[in-house]
Amino acid sequence: MTPLDLISVLASTVRLAVPLILAALAGLCSERAGIVALGLEGLMLAGAFAAGAVAALTGSPWAALAAAMLVGVFVALFHGYACIAQRGDQVISGMALNILIGGLVPVLGQAWFGQGGQTPALGPGARFMPATLPGGDGFGLVWRGLISGHNLLVYATAALLPALVWLLYSTRFGLRLRAVGENPHAVDAAGLSVARLRYLALALCGALTGIAGAYLAIAENAGFTRDMTAGRGYLALAALIFGKWRPLGATAACLLFALTDALQLRLQGVALPVVGIVPVQFVEALPYLLTVFLLAGFVGTARAPAALGRPFVKTR
Amino acid sequence: MKGGALPAAVEFGLIPLLNLAAALVVTALVFLLIGVPPGAALLSLAEGAFGTGDGIGYTLYYATNFIFAGLAVAVPARAGLLNIGGEGQAMLGGLAVALFCLAVPGWPWWAALPFAVAAALIGGAAWALVPALLQVRRGSHIVITTILFNFLASKLSTWMLVDVIRAPGDPSPETMGFADSLALPALATSPLNLSLLLALLAAFLAWLLIGRTVWGYELRASGESPAAARYAAMPAGFLQVLAVCLGGACAGLVGVNEAMGVEHRLVLGFTAGAGFVGIAVALMGRNHAFGIVLAAILFGALYQGGSELAFDYPQVTRDIVIVIDGVVILFCGALEQLWRRPVTALWRRA
Repeated sequence: MTPLDLISVLASTVRLAVPLILAALAGLCSERAGIVALGLEGLMLAGAFAAGAVAALTGSPWAALAAAMLVGVFVALFHGYACIAQRGDQVISGMALNILIGGLVPVLGQAWFGQGGQTPALGPGARFMPATLPGGDGFGLVWRGLISGHNLLVYATAALLPALVWLLYSTRFGLRLRAVGENPHAVDAAGLSVARLRYLALALCGALTGIAGAYLAIAENAGFTRDMTAGRGYLALAALIFGKWRPLGATAACLLFALTDALQLRLQGVALPVVGIVPVQFVEALPYLLTVFLLAGFVGTARAPAALGRPFVKTR
Repeated sequence: MKGGALPAAVEFGLIPLLNLAAALVVTALVFLLIGVPPGAALLSLAEGAFGTGDGIGYTLYYATNFIFAGLAVAVPARAGLLNIGGEGQAMLGGLAVALFCLAVPGWPWWAALPFAVAAALIGGAAWALVPALLQVRRGSHIVITTILFNFLASKLSTWMLVDVIRAPGDPSPETMGFADSLALPALATSPLNLSLLLALLAAFLAWLLIGRTVWGYELRASGESPAAARYAAMPAGFLQVLAVCLGGACAGLVGVNEAMGVEHRLVLGFTAGAGFVGIAVALMGRNHAFGIVLAAILFGALYQGGSELAFDYPQVTRDIVIVIDGVVILFCGALEQLWRRPVTALWRRA
């Protein structure tokens, strides 16, 4: 593999990792507040459709991004209503949303645009296009091939990550958000509203998945297509677990999963030394296998937030 | 809590009906949103599902899969575990059936059926075993592991059907056709076949096992309260693993219906989301065998009627039945308490 090949694999790793990272961080906000994030797939899909539809109607990527985030927040808050107000089963609610949105989005797409469930193809003006950063040749191959040439949302994600780490670990709100996932009774006893904190965490989760969806529909692709998320929500959840519910760990896991994906695209049909041609599916299965091993406790331990999945019932 | 439990008629009749009604109202809203009159849509659905002999055949054919998939969720649920892995377990069941059928080309169907059923049971149960063991022994959450195993099953099936057992020269990922003698007899003109009876038998056996045997009693006790069950010297962990494997075995039988009953070959993606419909079926049928059969027929009707609906109204796609699937899971599962509280309050006052 030449340096140029390596750079191009790494660049596609970044492109593939961005939606995973956004979704995993969204899941982090939700799960650290004690709400199971099984609905990431549906949230992302809703965001992608909203972005594709609004971009097609208005021609503005910014309006599309805002719509995706709004729809994400709305759906996440509905999930919150079922999980917090109704104390429903969080796993069931998440699955229900994934299935419901997976069906609803093509139905709406077909009814509104009549193109078999996808949204119309977008021109460059309605998308976030790759941007060439200044500097160019002077900064060498890594700058040109890897750092420059991505779309705005990639750089936004790079900025969001430290911001979220700061929010969760250095602010009062972040401390409370994490506390509500570990010991909601303590938070309640301190005079704070558990429900309010959890709704806020879910709103954050919805907004982030909205960006992830918008990335798929109006940045990486030119419009929404059926089943666009293709299991990325579940993969992000696996990455969140693999990263042991920590932002940097989850991001690293997303990059690792994206790297296997990028390598798999490159290695198709290429004979490797010793093992020969590796079937694509084995490489694709790696992230899931690794997560199973981690969950089984064979690769360190992954401890979930203590109150994850439990509805909060106020004690008297 | 004063006043004790609600009477059975309210608990098992009124509240599920209210949940279903809420799901129907939301579905009607979706129809209004896409400009289809809900009443006419419902008529078209019902006409497609029950209007003709062929329609009824298709309805019951879909219901066959959904009974298996519903049992796959319900049996582990009685032991307190949520099995989301029906989809993957069904794929493995199908692979096992296909491998067996390809190995015995000359056999008549009645001789092959018991072995094919056994293969499907073992394939499905084996795929459920690892998540079950990891849950009981290592505390890995079964919801997450079964989801991961669905993806692993999908990758495994793709590899098998593309690279290993694909029919030579066939461009699409499927095995070569099984011998004609292996085809299960059809029960009518449409894809409905003997597997329906197998599904009813499975539901009956599940009811017998869970409701009428000591094992079933201990299994339910392990689900209600694992600590209490262990204190009563019941092997709670073993029973939970057993329940999940039984569920996986039921899911595996989807492979018998699809591979031996309908396609007479194994086609990639034959499960077509049946495993996820199973969640809705189990929730709606309240994890009871009789309820599951009813709910499976309802969903079978939805799937068959949905095709008719998509034919009558070109602006509607068949995905509308997936919407209904999700709405039912939402209202019968996550929002199950929505009506219980007001109904309980009313009941207490009366």
